[in-house]
Amino acid sequence: MAEVTKMTVATTPADLADRIGRILAEHQETDGACLLVLQAIQREFGYVPAAALEPVAKALGLSHADVYGVLTFYHDLRRAPPGRHIIRICQAEACQAMGARGLTEQLCRRLDVGLGETTKDGAVTLDPVYCLGNCALSPAVTVDGALYGRVTEFLVLERLGAVR
Amino acid sequence: MKAATFFVSGDSASVSVGADDLVRAIAAEAARRGIEARIVRTGSRGLYFLEPMFEVETEDGRLGFRPSGTMAECVTEMFDSGISPKARTCLGLMDDLPWLRRQERLTFERCGIVDPRSVNEYRFHGGFAGLEAALGMAPEAIVAAVTDSGLRGRGGAGFPAGVKWNTVLGAPGEVKYICCNADEGDSGTFADRMLMEGDPFLLIEGMTIAALATGAAKGFLYIRSEYPAAVAMMRRAIDTARAGGWLGADIRGSGKAFDIEVREGAGAYICGEETAMLESLEGKRGVVRAKPPLPALEGLFGKPTLVNNVLTLAAVPVILARGAAYYRDFGMGLSRGTQPFQLAGCVRNGGLVEKAFGITLRALVEDFGGGTATGRAFKTVQVGGPLGGYIPEHLLDLPADYEALADAGFMLGHGGLVVFDERADMLAQARFAMEFCAHESCGKCTPCRIGAVRGVEVIDRIAAGVEPAKSLALLEDLCTLMTDGSLCAMGGLTPMPVRTALRHFPDDFRRSAAAAE
Repeated sequence: MAEVTKMTVATTPADLADRIGRILAEHQETDGACLLVLQAIQREFGYVPAAALEPVAKALGLSHADVYGVLTFYHDLRRAPPGRHIIRICQAEACQAMGARGLTEQLCRRLDVGLGETTKDGAVTLDPVYCLGNCALSPAVTVDGALYGRVTEFLVLERLGAVR
Repeated sequence: MKAATFFVSGDSASVSVGADDLVRAIAAEAARRGIEARIVRTGSRGLYFLEPMFEVETEDGRLGFRPSGTMAECVTEMFDSGISPKARTCLGLMDDLPWLRRQERLTFERCGIVDPRSVNEYRFHGGFAGLEAALGMAPEAIVAAVTDSGLRGRGGAGFPAGVKWNTVLGAPGEVKYICCNADEGDSGTFADRMLMEGDPFLLIEGMTIAALATGAAKGFLYIRSEYPAAVAMMRRAIDTARAGGWLGADIRGSGKAFDIEVREGAGAYICGEETAMLESLEGKRGVVRAKPPLPALEGLFGKPTLVNNVLTLAAVPVILARGAAYYRDFGMGLSRGTQPFQLAGCVRNGGLVEKAFGITLRALVEDFGGGTATGRAFKTVQVGGPLGGYIPEHLLDLPADYEALADAGFMLGHGGLVVFDERADMLAQARFAMEFCAHESCGKCTPCRIGAVRGVEVIDRIAAGVEPAKSLALLEDLCTLMTDGSLCAMGGLTPMPVRTALRHFPDDFRRSAAAAE
């Protein structure tokens, strides 16, 4: 989970190349490693930096477009750094039946952020998610990777306060 | 009292409502009283509506407790009662709870009872008996047992498992794969997650039997990234099984080899479709493949591949251990065995109910589910995930059976039931079905990629009261096109929730239009 990994953003191009090189070395024996490599890069940096595409493509014998295609297909993969904390709020049917639409509106208003966006101060990213497998305890959210059920606006803000 | 053994679910859903806090409360109060507390973290019994709860071992069996005030109060009262049913928060003996007693648990027999980290407990409770039987059988005999059991794919399509297994067995080639689909993306379903977190060795056993039956030496378990606890538990169990000789180059001295690698998804619903999952396992975009070729003949990396859902593979050990006839004797019609149903959404008693096929939806929603969570009037239950139909009250006597539901225009899918009370707006639900399809479409075929976007637009026109009759006719036409023209079930079944909402709740579509005027 990218959310629970402590992220360290690369400071220099050399440092970035070094860390990506290490990830690529770990996967050189794996068939069809592109997605695994991008997931590992996101765990390392919190997102997939644009500068990662070229070395990944080269190492895996793929085109830049192949790698970019994988990067843009999967909802988990980010092309920009997220906020310092990530809330994911379930938008799927079981949670809808327990008021997820209203809860989402409340949180957007309270945090002054749109769904899928990061607050202006960079503190919180509020992402939609389609099912967390907690459907008997709806509505469900995660705060920095930790799952919560039967949530209210108060509970989410309280959890956020606790981790902030 | 000097010592006591407690059982608290470590399942991620249980933890999401405070199971870890309960463990701390028990440990603290036991320490204060000088009682040695052994606290076992089990999987979940599926009694989510009672969570957080805990169980204590007694001479008569396990007693259940559920805090009504604070956790500390409940724990204190439980100790004060001498750990007896006299405590106000005691649920009684777990084995006597009607909600559990009325179930027929085959796949979920051990879940919530055993420590999922312990291979010894797994064996003690009957685990690996199916694999031990399979190790002494010819591949053809294993496939025959699965065929005779009547087991059908639990992922949603309900394809006969034995037929698929036989195709892979007969496929030429040295290299074959087992791919277990644990990309449980349907809202209202959590059985795969519960099983992987609560009884992981069962899935390992099922996959290994499948490998022996088809001649595969390598298995992949594709788990969605939204299930980090299941990923961790399965990886741990695979390492433990390998250390115990249940996986690896020489399974229990049989000379047969099989191993399993866990791969994590990346948040794409479409990767629950088998060919999209194979693309994703190959590291590519999760774009659906055209069939033929069948994955059974040309699957992962072009090799013969058996793709089955978690619940399909987890049903196999009991078939091998107790015989095909034992399993086949449960169920109705062509739906044999048991189905783990998942009660979710606005339902009073949400959780997992494993019953033989044939139980009515009403029995699930009302008898087990206890009606709506809010106490308001029931409106509908969506069965089978986001691609499943919205079933109205007057059709609740339908049996949970693949054919009976299909004949009525619905599907069973992965066995998830999402209940809605009277506040649900079915136009909004129909719109969401199209919106979700647009969001999750892999983009390969036009009916799905474009149709879903147009579907949202036309439903918005209906809501706005723009030429409602014409818009409704257009929506019907679009649904027909998506059903007939889409490459896979994503675009092909998105019309099911839309059409069933339209057919059974037409007032919600008129009301929106009328309000707009």
